[in-house]
Order: sequence, then C-alpha cells, then structure tokens
Amino acid sequence: MVDFEFTQEQLMVRDLARSFAQKDVAPHAHAWDEQSRYPAEAVRKMGELGLMGVAVPPEWDGAGFDTISYVLAMEEVSAACASTGVVMSVNNSLVCDPLLKFGTDAQKRDWLAPLASGRLLGCFALSEPASGSDAGAAQCFARLSDDGTHYIVDGTKNWITNGPDADVCILIAVTERGKGNRGMTAFISPIPSEGLTIGAHEKKLGIKASSTSQLVYAQVKIPVELRLGAVGDGFKVAMATLDGGRIGIAAQALGIGRAAYEASVRYSQERMAFGAPISQLQAIQFKLADMATRLEAARLLTLRAAMLKDQKARHSKESAMAKLFASETAMWVTTQAIQVFGGNGYVSDFPVERHFRDAKITEIYEGTSEIQRLVIAASTLKEMGA
Amino acid sequence: MNLEPNALQSELRDLARQAARDCLGPDAARNDREERFPEENLRSLARQGLFGINVPMTYGGRGAGVVAYALAVRELATGCAGTTVALMVTNMVAEAIVKFGDDAQRTRWLPPLLRGEHAAASFCLSEPGSGSDAASLRATARRDGDDYVLDGTKAWITSGGHAGLYLIMARTSPDGGSRGISAFVVEAGTPGLLPGRPEDKLGLRGSVTTQLVLDGCRVPVSHRLGAEGDGFKVAMGSLDGGRIGVAAQACGIASAAQKAAVGFARRTGAAGRPIGDSQAIQWLVADSETELDAGWLLCLKAASLKDRGLAHSREAAMAKVFCTEMANEVCHRALQVHGPEGYTAEHPVERHLRDARVTRIYEGTSEVQRIVIARESLKALA
Repeated sequence: MVDFEFTQEQLMVRDLARSFAQKDVAPHAHAWDEQSRYPAEAVRKMGELGLMGVAVPPEWDGAGFDTISYVLAMEEVSAACASTGVVMSVNNSLVCDPLLKFGTDAQKRDWLAPLASGRLLGCFALSEPASGSDAGAAQCFARLSDDGTHYIVDGTKNWITNGPDADVCILIAVTERGKGNRGMTAFISPIPSEGLTIGAHEKKLGIKASSTSQLVYAQVKIPVELRLGAVGDGFKVAMATLDGGRIGIAAQALGIGRAAYEASVRYSQERMAFGAPISQLQAIQFKLADMATRLEAARLLTLRAAMLKDQKARHSKESAMAKLFASETAMWVTTQAIQVFGGNGYVSDFPVERHFRDAKITEIYEGTSEIQRLVIAASTLKEMGA
Repeated sequence: MNLEPNALQSELRDLARQAARDCLGPDAARNDREERFPEENLRSLARQGLFGINVPMTYGGRGAGVVAYALAVRELATGCAGTTVALMVTNMVAEAIVKFGDDAQRTRWLPPLLRGEHAAASFCLSEPGSGSDAASLRATARRDGDDYVLDGTKAWITSGGHAGLYLIMARTSPDGGSRGISAFVVEAGTPGLLPGRPEDKLGLRGSVTTQLVLDGCRVPVSHRLGAEGDGFKVAMGSLDGGRIGVAAQACGIASAAQKAAVGFARRTGAAGRPIGDSQAIQWLVADSETELDAGWLLCLKAASLKDRGLAHSREAAMAKVFCTEMANEVCHRALQVHGPEGYTAEHPVERHLRDARVTRIYEGTSEVQRIVIARESLKALA
C-alpha cells in the first residue's frame, strides 16, 4: 500500500532533533561560522540525545532508530547549522555505519559503542591530495609487519571532516599495489597515534564551523585486530559506506535549502516594495513556489533511498539520485534566496549568505555531482538493456 | 513510508501496462499522423474498467483510488498520450457525477458510460475568453420552467463530437462571480449542443479537441449536477484530482521518451562504441532518470494524500508543475540523444515531445500551479 506517512517514532526523533536544533544550535550558527569555531558543546549534546548513532542498535549504545529517522533528524540539525550537520553525518554514516556492517564484535564493543553514544568522535579517510573521485588511485600504503602483528601506514589523506577533533578514523589504504580497487583495505585508525600528524585547518568557503584537515601518516602502526573487513575489501567498504553517506548529505542539503526557503518566505512578507510586501509580486511568488516544489521532490528522493536502506534493498542508484538532486536543489534554492533578499542577501547580517556558502560543498563531497551522474547512468543503461 | 502498491493498485497498473503495450502503443503513431480519434481502443479500455478507476463498484467502477488511477494513467500514457487524455477526462467526469450527483443521476449516467456505451465524456469549463480565470466564464443557463436553456461557447473540449456526455459549467446568475455558476450534464444529440471542427494541435493529435457551441440547448432541471451555484465547486473539485492525473500522464510520456533514449544510446555506435559509453550522453540519461523519479514521487504522494482524504491542493499543484516541466525536459533530452533521427517521425520521441508540451498548459497552467503553491507557502509561514 503506497503511503508517505511517518511512524510515531520517526516523528518523535524529528521533533527531538528540531527542538534541539532550534534551541541549542540555531542561535549560535552565525557566530560559529564567523569564527570558524567547532561546535563542541552541541556535538556533546547530540551524543546525549542519541543523534551521533541514530540507526545504531541499542546493544551497541546507539539510539536504535531507522534511516528515515536519521534523515529527518539530519534535515533539522542542518537547517539550523550545516556545519553541525556534517559532524553528525560523518559520525553516523561514515564511521558508525561501516563499523556496524563490517566490524567484529570486539571492534563494535571497543569503537562503535563509544562512537554511537557520542563519547568518541569519528572521521573517515579516503581522498588524498592526488585522488578524489578516482578513489582507486589512492597511494596511502599499509604494509603488514614481518611478524604479522600490525600494519605500518605511510601516506597522506585529504579533506578529513572532523580530522582535528576526532578520536578515531576509518582509514582506507592500499595493501597491495597494482591491484587498483581490489588492493585496498579498511582500518580503524585511533587518534592520536605515534607518527600520525593532524594537518592545519583548511580555510573553507562554507561549513566553516566544521573542522577539516589532512591526516599525515608516517610509519604509523595499526594492530591487525583493527583491520575492518577482509584484506582487499577496502574499496567495497568505502563504496557501501558512501551509499549511506550520500543519504546523509542529501538530508543535510535539504536542511540547508529549507532554511534558505523559510527565511525567504518570511522576509518576503516583511520587505515592502511599491507599497506592498514583495510576497505579493508574482516575480517573488514564483521563486518561492519553485523552491518549495524542488525541496519537496528532493525530500521524497532522500526518504525513498532511506526507506530502501532500511529494507536492506539495493539503494546505490537511489542514494546517488537523492544526493545529486538534493545538493543541486540546495545550491539553486540558496541562489534564489539571495535574490529574494537582494542586497541584504549578500551580507552576513542575514543567514542566506551562509546557507549559500554551505550549500556548495554538498555538490562536492561524498561523491561529486559528476560521480553521482556516472552511477545513475551506468545503472540505468544496464537495467534498461536487461 | 511505503512505495509498494497493494493488490488492486498492482492489478490496475498491470492491466494498463498491457493495454498500453498491446493496444495503445501500436496505434499511437497512426492516431497522431491521421488525427484519428481512437474510438475502439477507448471502448476497450472502458470494458476493462478503466473509465471508472476511482468510481465505486456499485456504479460499475473499480473503486481503486487515486494512487491506482495515477499508476494506470502513467502506464497508458507510455502507449498513447492522446488516447490517455480522453480516458482521463472521462474518469474526471465520472467522478464528478459520483461526488456531486444524486442517486438517480448516478444510475442514469454511470453504468452505460463505464460499460463503454460512449467512447468518452467531456468536461467543458474554458471558453474563448476565459481559461485560468475560470470564474469569469460567460456561457449562460437560463431557467425556463422545468428546464434550463444553455447558450454560449465552450473551448478546448477534449473528445468534443465523440463524447456521449458533456459536463458543462454555465452561469445561472449574471452576478456573483464564481458563485453564479452551475454544472450540467448534457447528453450527446441534445438539440442545440453543437461541437465545432477539431483544433489543429501541436500534439495529442490522437485526441480530438473542439469548441462547443450551445445554441438554445435545453436540458431538464434533473440534469443539473449539485445545487444551483455549485458549478465552480464542481469544476475545482474535479481539477484537483485532474492535476494528479496530468502529472501521471506527464510521467508516462517522459518514461516512454527516456526508454527510447536509453535504447537508442545502447544500440547506436559512434567511433566504434555505443554512444551510451560517452559521458555527454550519460549525463542526459542520468538527469532524466533522476527528475523522472523525483516527479513520480511527488505525484504518488499527492495521490496518496487524496486517497486518505487529507489536504492535497499544494502537493497536487507541486506534482503537476514539476512533472509536466520535467516531462518537457526529458523529451528534449531524449530527442537530443537521438540526434537528427529524433527530429523525424521515424522515432517516437518527436511525438512524445509534442504530446508533453500541452501538459504544462491544460488543467491549470504551470503559472496557475505556482500561484497555488506560493499562496499555500505564504500561508504556512505567515
């Protein structure tokens, strides 16, 4: 039976996230952005509320909700502050998720439980200075020690969200050169570790309150017990993780877009021009209508991908669609929002300037728009030929 | 949230899919070329229960709901969008008779219509001088004893001259704007009901569109649907569901175009490889696929809200504007994938493109949908 209703539990999670976001995040978002300040206090509270491991089962100290709940919560937090949203998204999607799916019970006990409850913060390292979309071209190398007790890692990982603040990293490294995607392995890499240097904070266009840095590995030892999944499965771990991560980023984009849209609707009812609120002009009404429509379409694509993930059905194509459409919608909506605000939209006294800067990253990280289109096209050309 | 159709919804979808493949699709190019009204196919669809998808079984319908209707319309439109619009208007009129008619009216008109005794029913609201601003219509219905006498001219009548029943909105009070309008069911053959010559349209050439002149057309009072003055309510109530239908129709046209484009990209070579191997083509395919799914979800959501009796004006308007504009984009991309071949009638995409164009216009233009959405948005955050 086709229906678009949420369960009581899903609504409860959304309302909890909304009230937290409005009370503890939104009032500070402007200052955090201006000062590029990591929202440590908000992240701690998210841990207490279960928002750092929304879909992790209670037996591993998670909140035990589903992916739809996670999407609803991500939208709420990101509508208040996209930086806080990405901290939450990385911990949930890129760290807890692969640990839950590929980790041993010991790894879950030692790492997933503290991460899901917010006692530890995680990050995820795949990109490198010379490889992004072409993840199979990574260079960072993990060599098994002669006695077989640990790996020795050398190399540099780039664009690590939470890097400067994280306690542990899901690291994808090459374990066999010349085998491309099949020569990679995933690791749980504790921070700090001897030989591991956290690079300087990147100075970013947007999501400025989230911290981003390089991770530089120089002869860093990782015990074999911290290998995540089988040797050679690293690419598989990374791709499965990103399928889920893309749902999180789609929800983040939705939150950014919604915040810009709602600010625009309110502003249009206050701002006067030609003797009446500009909301009475069709030029403005049509922008608001298109913003609302595209956001709703993006929301439905995102919820569908989440629903499929909850059903343990294939969702690579649907996650890519959600991520592509939601991120490009966020960029478009925030561009229109600045137009509705006119000059006021171009200055930081009003929030849409921040939303516009924050929206841009959603078209880039966890698979650029171009990568999403590749995934969607490949899948479509294959399906329809079958 | 659940996107799995139930048994009845699946049944209607499968029935429509088969009809599109076996009956509508094979005739579509000829209907378009010869501007041929698909009389036999429509009667056959009626006999399969598809004229009253959302009409209770008591009156010969399927009682399957709005989601089932959207599923069926999407499938049918992949075969022939022209045939589909005649079916959609017929369903709309049948539902209006269910919703606003009394028992005698339902019993008189519904069973024969749903058995396929008529090829279609027509909905007559627009006039040469009024479209989006429907409340300004000028056709009149003058009370004369136990009859009304209808005079005026109606425009853009789908299935004009072929329909067995015409649902006509006319003014019963010279003032009062939208409240001075009443709805009437007029049977084909009634003296003074004069369909004009078919319009020469860009697309949907397999459906016939005419003007309708009312020249002293006399109908008994028992043919008035609802109370005097309820005509605008009848019209708007019908269009609300009609928008979901057009959104579904647009999705059907778009999915036919996308399927053709993907097939063409896989089998056509350039420089020794299928053109589908190049990113230039892949990007067109990916964007169409994504927007099609987005539109379809909007359409299903509006339909499911309507099925549950919940407010859905905003969602129906969103589905209509998004799906119809999406369908135009998707058809343009599909034609581009085909290159010059797509510009000829050798391939179906040029027909899909022409058929898609009207969906942005009828049952409320894109501009009207945006006004509806903006009004609801401003209200929600006032």
